[in-house]
Amino acid sequence: MLQNYLPILVFIVIALGMGTVMILAGSIIGPRRPDAEKLSPYECGFEAFEDSRMKFDVRYYLVAILFIIFDLEIAFLFPWAVVLDEIGTFGFLAMMAFLAVLVIGFIYEWKKGALEWE
Amino acid sequence: MPFVTPEFLPALPEILLAVMACLVLLVDLYFGRRHPSWVFLLAQASLVLCALLCIALYPEEPTTTFNGTFRSDGMSAVLKVFMILVTYFVLFYSKFYLDVRDLFKGEYFVLSLFAVLGMMILVSAASLLTLYLGLELMALCLYALVALNRESSMASEAAMKYFVLGALASGTLLYGMSLLYGVTGSLELDRIREYQSVGGEIDIILVLGLVFIVVGVAFKLGAAPFHMWVPDVYEGAPTSVTLFVGTAPKIAAFGMLMRLLVDGLAGVQGDWIEMLTILSVLSMAVGNIIAIAQTNLKRMLAYSTIAHVGFLLLGIIAGTRAGYAASMFYVIVYALMGLGAFGMIIVLGSKGFESDRLDDFRGLNERSPWLAFLVLVLMLSMAGVPPFVGFWAKWSVLREVVAADQVWLATVAVVLAVIGLFYYLRVVRLVYFEEGQEAAPLVCGTDVKVMISTNALAILALGVYPSALLALCVTALG
Amino acid sequence: MTDLYVWVVLAPLIGSVIAGVFGKSIGRAGAHWACILGVGVSTLISGAAFGHIVLEGGAAFESTLYHWGRVGDLTLEIGFLVDPLSATMMFVVSFVSLMVHIYTIGYMRDDPGYQRFFSYIALFTFAMLMLCMSNNFLQLFFGWEAVGVVSYLLIGFWFQRESAIRANLKAFLVNRIGDLGFLLGVAAVLFYFGTLRYSEVFELAPSLQGATLSIFPGADWSVASLICILLFMGAMGKSAQFPLHVWLPDSMEGPTPISALIHAATMVTAGIFMVARMSPLFEQSETALSVVLVVGAITALFMGLLGLVQNDIKRVVAYSTLSQLGYMAVALGASAYAAAIFHLVTHAFFKALLFLAAGSVIIALHHNQDMRSMGGLRKYMPVTWITSLLGSLALIGFPGFAGFFSKDAIIEAVHLSEVPGHDFAYWCVVIGVFVTALYSFRLYFLVFHGKERMDEHAREHLHESPWVVTVPLVLLAIPSVLIGWIGIEPMLFGDHFGDSLFVLSEHDVLARLGDSYRGEAAFIGHAFATPPLYLALAGVACAWYFYMVRPDLPALCARRLAPVHSVLVHKYGFDLLYEEVLARIGRGLGSLFWRIGDRILIDGMLVNGSARVVGWFSSLIRQLQTGFLYTYAFAMIIGLVALMSLFVFLRMQGHS
Repeated sequence: MLQNYLPILVFIVIALGMGTVMILAGSIIGPRRPDAEKLSPYECGFEAFEDSRMKFDVRYYLVAILFIIFDLEIAFLFPWAVVLDEIGTFGFLAMMAFLAVLVIGFIYEWKKGALEWE
Repeated sequence: MPFVTPEFLPALPEILLAVMACLVLLVDLYFGRRHPSWVFLLAQASLVLCALLCIALYPEEPTTTFNGTFRSDGMSAVLKVFMILVTYFVLFYSKFYLDVRDLFKGEYFVLSLFAVLGMMILVSAASLLTLYLGLELMALCLYALVALNRESSMASEAAMKYFVLGALASGTLLYGMSLLYGVTGSLELDRIREYQSVGGEIDIILVLGLVFIVVGVAFKLGAAPFHMWVPDVYEGAPTSVTLFVGTAPKIAAFGMLMRLLVDGLAGVQGDWIEMLTILSVLSMAVGNIIAIAQTNLKRMLAYSTIAHVGFLLLGIIAGTRAGYAASMFYVIVYALMGLGAFGMIIVLGSKGFESDRLDDFRGLNERSPWLAFLVLVLMLSMAGVPPFVGFWAKWSVLREVVAADQVWLATVAVVLAVIGLFYYLRVVRLVYFEEGQEAAPLVCGTDVKVMISTNALAILALGVYPSALLALCVTALG
Repeated sequence: MTDLYVWVVLAPLIGSVIAGVFGKSIGRAGAHWACILGVGVSTLISGAAFGHIVLEGGAAFESTLYHWGRVGDLTLEIGFLVDPLSATMMFVVSFVSLMVHIYTIGYMRDDPGYQRFFSYIALFTFAMLMLCMSNNFLQLFFGWEAVGVVSYLLIGFWFQRESAIRANLKAFLVNRIGDLGFLLGVAAVLFYFGTLRYSEVFELAPSLQGATLSIFPGADWSVASLICILLFMGAMGKSAQFPLHVWLPDSMEGPTPISALIHAATMVTAGIFMVARMSPLFEQSETALSVVLVVGAITALFMGLLGLVQNDIKRVVAYSTLSQLGYMAVALGASAYAAAIFHLVTHAFFKALLFLAAGSVIIALHHNQDMRSMGGLRKYMPVTWITSLLGSLALIGFPGFAGFFSKDAIIEAVHLSEVPGHDFAYWCVVIGVFVTALYSFRLYFLVFHGKERMDEHAREHLHESPWVVTVPLVLLAIPSVLIGWIGIEPMLFGDHFGDSLFVLSEHDVLARLGDSYRGEAAFIGHAFATPPLYLALAGVACAWYFYMVRPDLPALCARRLAPVHSVLVHKYGFDLLYEEVLARIGRGLGSLFWRIGDRILIDGMLVNGSARVVGWFSSLIRQLQTGFLYTYAFAMIIGLVALMSLFVFLRMQGHS
């Protein structure tokens, strides 16, 4: 039974090896000229380490949510595309309806100005 | 799973409403600023069209489509028609409410339409997934509606509470569903019903799932002890939204209860009858008793709703077809009464004056004897005084409970209803026997008055002739 | 036929509804025309019925109009019985009522409640006709109560007057006492006969002979006596018999047409009519007849005496009415039912006449009713004067006038009667004749003759009343004079009443009287050989002497006989007894129960106590609603856990 997992084990070992080799190669071969900006951790324009109860612009949320919607749309399209020949016209129309709803939502957000930062 | 093109006809009202809701959204986008009334009229037209379609497509036999996930039967058709009817009234009152307060936004109507769509899907669900889909569609729209007035901190607080608790309840429900799926191996309610008990621990997991599901449904209904959100949301939300939250979704929640427990979990009927009995008694007690201490009418009506939910559960507790029909009658009647009661608050209000405190009803008889009379009708009907329809609603569920040999439950219900009489009659007393302080002018137009009169007189008429609606409920349940 | 008779009662009802509901919009004339037309229709049909059934000897009519309800085996019906007795009543009631309607146009001319008044009196006519035409006890009771209610409304017609309110309350309450007895009587009838329909009850009536029941152990009561005395209690209230008479004089607070219509001619005779209607029952009980006889005799004499000391013109006539009702009751007690009804009919005409005449005087004097400020009106109001004189003569039983025949027949009947108490009753009615003559002519002389005692202003405005007032007077005066001549033979000795009155042969005093009857003239001639006629003349003479020749004498007598006078002025102290003793005890008990039972036990503990507990509990658990989200979520989780423990964990233990 455990034999079934052998390929996974092999995969993990190779992945670890690859990672280790790459990091080592980078630190050995690459040039190193650090400064303050380069050493600070990067996160979406925020300071990484400070009081978490700070104010930030609500538009970050808006953008993030809109991104997620269309991101999921893509994620949904892939499996659909793969089985398109099996699910026939109904499957095609169903996806079109789904996309139509998204398009209406897209028109709405565009028209309401949700996509403009200012 | 073979992909056959499903029968679209049974779901045509939903499809229509979905299309129309999108259309309303677009109309609002492009013409909303110049012709705000277009949105309103189009929304109302969609509802009317959808209701007519529901009636025209009234299924003689229950039909299931979309691979066993959507069912159209008598119950769903009747519930849909009444939900749409109630929403139609709600939007009418809402327009007046929003106009007066400069809150008019096209989104209000779009969200309402989508909420109705959610409810329709909910009551037509034949699978746990469809059910959850409808529930969430409805709930998300309602959260947004409650928060519609962004200026009001009370509304935001109410929306936040509603959303967090709703999510909690949703999660509970979902967990219950997953347990059901785990035990029965199917999401379709018919399959779940056909599941044969194997005994032992599996059964206990089934009951565990049932507990979670009952909790989820109880939250939606607002049954004690899952009622805490009700008063806060009712009070905090704009009155027109309270009106909506308090009426149509109750009908939907009844449909959900029927789908889940009666359609799906008939096998453990004994268990859920016991659970609902506890919820029912608690709800009636909590609702009727706490309502007495309220000074805000919306809050008082919130507790009254809780009490009514307790009553509504009685028919389901009876566990018979006739009992379900009585409950269905009750929920429809309740929706009509709630519509009138909250509608009255809207009618009496004006900009900057919500008219939602009990004291605002003081001496209404001097200001407008006709509206005072309507308040009398609504309150007495809610209290269950014959000959108003509220009496028949209570009477029919009590009859079924007694027929199911649960006399003690009926006794408790009657005692609590008598306690409840107090706060309804207090409103009547304020209206008729107390001096009004300052006469806030009535700003509502004739159209709104006609609507509220129709509403209250319908209650009066149904009280005189309740048998038609009751018979409709009985036939709808087959 | 039914269709026709229905209109007898419906027409006044419709008139009443029109005048009552649409009074404002149709105006005064509209209201009185609606009512007069309605009552006119009644009168016409009643007249036709009277002609058909009594004069032509047509068959009595009985029919059930509709079934009102069914209780067990008992059917409650509305139906009509039109036989000679009820036809006579119908005719009298509707005719007098029509006269009063017409008269009212003049009397109430300036009253703001004109339409209301017409609505009431037409409603009264409806109720009274329902009572008379009933064919069962239930409908009788309905009419009985309905006339009581209208009487209440009309006595208090001028409801701004404190005294009117007191009077109508008094009338209502006193009548309740009688009605209680009456209702018990009806219940007893239902209990023993199992039916409420007259015809069935009367058929079974002989079976009561010897039937007894013991309410208290050891005392067997005759069922017939019980039923009859209970029923008679109703009659005592409605017909104001001693000791339930106290309301009638006070009822004079109502407008005069009402006094004439309700409190003289029709409603107060309902009791007499009822007893006559129940003659098959009363005949079964000698005891009940004796009670009726004695009560009637007391009323006849002692209420007449009170009329001597009254100064209010209407009150004198009211006491006269009481006394005459006593005469009728005496006749009933002597089993001379026909004589009672005969007197009822003649009395209806002449007493209505006297009242309306008094009303006419009152109008002329601008609603002053005190006889001490009248006098000498003869020359100002000739029609009123003549008709009053005729009415008074009829009342005292002057030979040839209506009252003479009926009253003499009663006296003769009592003379022949052998019911226990007949001696007492005989003396009462004979002395009563003298008293009647005395007070009647005291009134007549004080009002129409002698010094003019009214003030200057009133004198200047004195004039005869308008034709709407005088025409009814004249129309009533005619029967007051003639009806005796016409009526005596068929009513007392003929078969006017057919089978509608039932008399056992050993009680049948009228038959014995009839043996010696030789026509009207001989009847008059016979009167000259009996004391009543001379007593009546003596009464007139006394009145003349006291009030015309020596007007100072009455005051002197009052002083000399101060104790007697005081007793009479205080009406034997009945008002005092009822108000100060009985009512006070009642009120005391009531307030005691109210304080202990209502305020402390029910309000204090049950109602408010439980409400307070609920309210307290409510404000307590209200605290749970903190407004904090986490509390709410916590409550939900608690609920979930509780349900899980109850249904899952406990069950798991059950399994393991």
